[in-house]
Amino acid sequence: MSCCTSHGIAELATDQVAVPKRALIEELKANARGLADGSVNYLLSVPVIHCGNCIATIESTLSKHPGVKAVRANLSLRQVSVTLDGQDNSIAPVLDALDAAGFPAQPASATAEEGKDPEFRALVRALAVAGFASANIMLLSVAVWNGAEGATKDLFHLISALIAIPAVAFAGMPFFRSAIAALSRRRMNMDVPISLGVTLATFMSMYEIFIGGGHAYFDAAVSLLFFLLIGRTLDHMMRTKARAAAGRLARLSAKGGFVLGENGETVYTPLEALRPGMVLRVSAGERFPVDGTVLDGVSDVDRALVTGESDPQRVVLGTGVEAGTLNLTGAVDIRATRAARDSFLAEVTRMMSAAEQGRGSYTRIADRMAKIYSPAVHLLALTSFIGWMIWTGGDWHTSLTVAVAVLIITCPCALGLAVPVAHVVSAGRLFDAGILMKDGSALERLESMTDAVFDKTGTLTTGEPVLRETAIPQGELASIARAMAQRSVHPASRALVKSLVTSQAVTLTDVHEVPGQGVEAIVNGKRARLGRLEWVSEITKGDTAGQGNSAFGVEGKGLYLSVFSEQLRSGARQMLADLKQRGIHATVLSGDSEANVSSLAKNLGLEDYQAGLKPGDKLTFLQDAAGHGQRTLMVGDGLNDAPALAAAHVSMAPSTASDVGRNAADFVFTRESLDAVSFAYGVAQRTGKIVRQNFALAVLYNVFAVPLAMSGQLNPLIAAIAMSTSSIIVVANSLRLQLLRPEKREDTVQTAPQGRMLPA
Amino acid sequence: MTSLTLLIPVAIGLGVLGLGAFMWSIRSGQYDDVEGAASRILHDEDKPIT
Repeated sequence: MSCCTSHGIAELATDQVAVPKRALIEELKANARGLADGSVNYLLSVPVIHCGNCIATIESTLSKHPGVKAVRANLSLRQVSVTLDGQDNSIAPVLDALDAAGFPAQPASATAEEGKDPEFRALVRALAVAGFASANIMLLSVAVWNGAEGATKDLFHLISALIAIPAVAFAGMPFFRSAIAALSRRRMNMDVPISLGVTLATFMSMYEIFIGGGHAYFDAAVSLLFFLLIGRTLDHMMRTKARAAAGRLARLSAKGGFVLGENGETVYTPLEALRPGMVLRVSAGERFPVDGTVLDGVSDVDRALVTGESDPQRVVLGTGVEAGTLNLTGAVDIRATRAARDSFLAEVTRMMSAAEQGRGSYTRIADRMAKIYSPAVHLLALTSFIGWMIWTGGDWHTSLTVAVAVLIITCPCALGLAVPVAHVVSAGRLFDAGILMKDGSALERLESMTDAVFDKTGTLTTGEPVLRETAIPQGELASIARAMAQRSVHPASRALVKSLVTSQAVTLTDVHEVPGQGVEAIVNGKRARLGRLEWVSEITKGDTAGQGNSAFGVEGKGLYLSVFSEQLRSGARQMLADLKQRGIHATVLSGDSEANVSSLAKNLGLEDYQAGLKPGDKLTFLQDAAGHGQRTLMVGDGLNDAPALAAAHVSMAPSTASDVGRNAADFVFTRESLDAVSFAYGVAQRTGKIVRQNFALAVLYNVFAVPLAMSGQLNPLIAAIAMSTSSIIVVANSLRLQLLRPEKREDTVQTAPQGRMLPA
Repeated sequence: MTSLTLLIPVAIGLGVLGLGAFMWSIRSGQYDDVEGAASRILHDEDKPIT
């Protein structure tokens, strides 16, 4: 089926082995909501939705499906809400229908509610009230500016007051709360002068009306709130968009396991209910939900995401397995040795939380400005007050008016708007380039980085081996080998499928994977084996060709060996060269063996590397670096990187990373190439420049405006014009980020390298 | 001047109505899928026009 041309983010890496169907279905059943009339509602996450056509297709396909009562697709959240009538309708055919239509679905994560974001709604409500109030008050103010006198002026002021007071009370809540929270912790942030300015302006204006005549600054106060709320809402929208996108990426960890009952049937049990001593069956392609020891079965286990080892580990009776590792080839029964919350995964999560707390709070640049700005402003106001008191010989009223005028005119709306708008624009650029940014402060932290640390397996490399050399001759033998490899989930088999060419049709019978050894099949009456050297050489006779420890052979014939190696991610070299040029020092930290890590480091031209590291070691390295005053960027993907990702000054993870890793990282890049790192860095630098320019503009504006206020010349008209102009200039400057077209990111498509083949 | 005593409350009243309508639309979830709503206009209903 064709949808519109896809240029959205490819959010599911095609090589990724996601949670298998039956576990998803169990999870969906667990999270389903029963409705009053007996129907059941399921909430699915469908990441590949990207256009209006998609939701039309999904809704029309599913509404015709038997048993479906209602279906509603949400384009913004990439979710589908399906309601089935009656309890006996299974969600499985619905998932299959979606799959067939090209929309693989998974359960929506528990945190992704159906668009109900209370903070967003509160912000928009405050924004609506501030907007309504400022528009209406401005209408009335225009008359006053144009010279309304006497009774008319008083009436308009009164009405403005009636509108302004509830509006300020309601729309100012986000600022007042934040200011009080900061002050109670004896810190200063941007919201303190804002709250102070707004409340003082309102009260002073009320006082002015009360004593009759004078200026009223209601419009200034309410417009200030309006502008700032715009900035705040945009900021919130940007953050939720990125976080939601990151949360929608295919989940890799199981939320439960299949417990083996007495008569051999398996019961799906959620993670929290799994206890040590339980016997679980984990099929090929599933991840181990808890730590355990193998009771029955033989298989290969991919531990890359947990420890960083690139070679799968063979497990037999008695071998220990860790939660989160992927069972590759054969079903195994394990006895759980630790509950989920005591597993390695949980331990790593705890290390992460501890690391996050120990990281120390980063003061955002806006709040750092506030530390200088607020005292300066208050000092100026105080000086004006004292100055005027002296000048007029004790006239409280005039002096106070001038002091408040100073507070109003030094409107922080430029500052409160400049940073959010710049960050929102940059976040949009990054989003289009496939990089999800979770927080505005992440961009600031990225700009200030001094060193970079990379994980190896899955970060600098793709985590998938690639065929380097094979002795398997082209023609019939290669076709046989490829057909056999297609039946296996083992990473080496996947590599063979990519590189070998099927030149003739072959018929295989009795194909089966022997876990821990390889794939066996009958072809042309003879046995053929593909897999471990010792096992394949049991049936072969004759010469061995090639080198490596992965073999292929047909009964009675010769043995052909193949060599696999890790594949560098595209853009890795380029990105490292770029970082070097910008003066950023790069290191590789890996849990893999010394041999693998040193060869990769040499390949990439990096001198600094460490191998065989445990998660705690990576964390220590980063903490040491922080102690030396270095600001480190951590790029990693595995479970073993998660504490480091949380502790680093700023962190990035690929979308193929473990769930924990993705949650811990500040940036998640969804495209294959590693140039995401240098691209994001470039954007961060440009954003920092624009933000500093905005601050400079804001200061410049104040330099002109403050003397005006101090000299007692201020009136509401000037205040309104000054505020609006400064806001417009600052926002326009931030929008320049859209215009500055940096190097366009190429969509690097990974092509499978062809293995070198010896002539037949 | 007396016209103003009528007009201003009317104007504000209408404004409040508008504000109330906006609040209602947020609460009834109309802003939960902004992009989806935008593209739904363009969907073709498969009902033939007789």
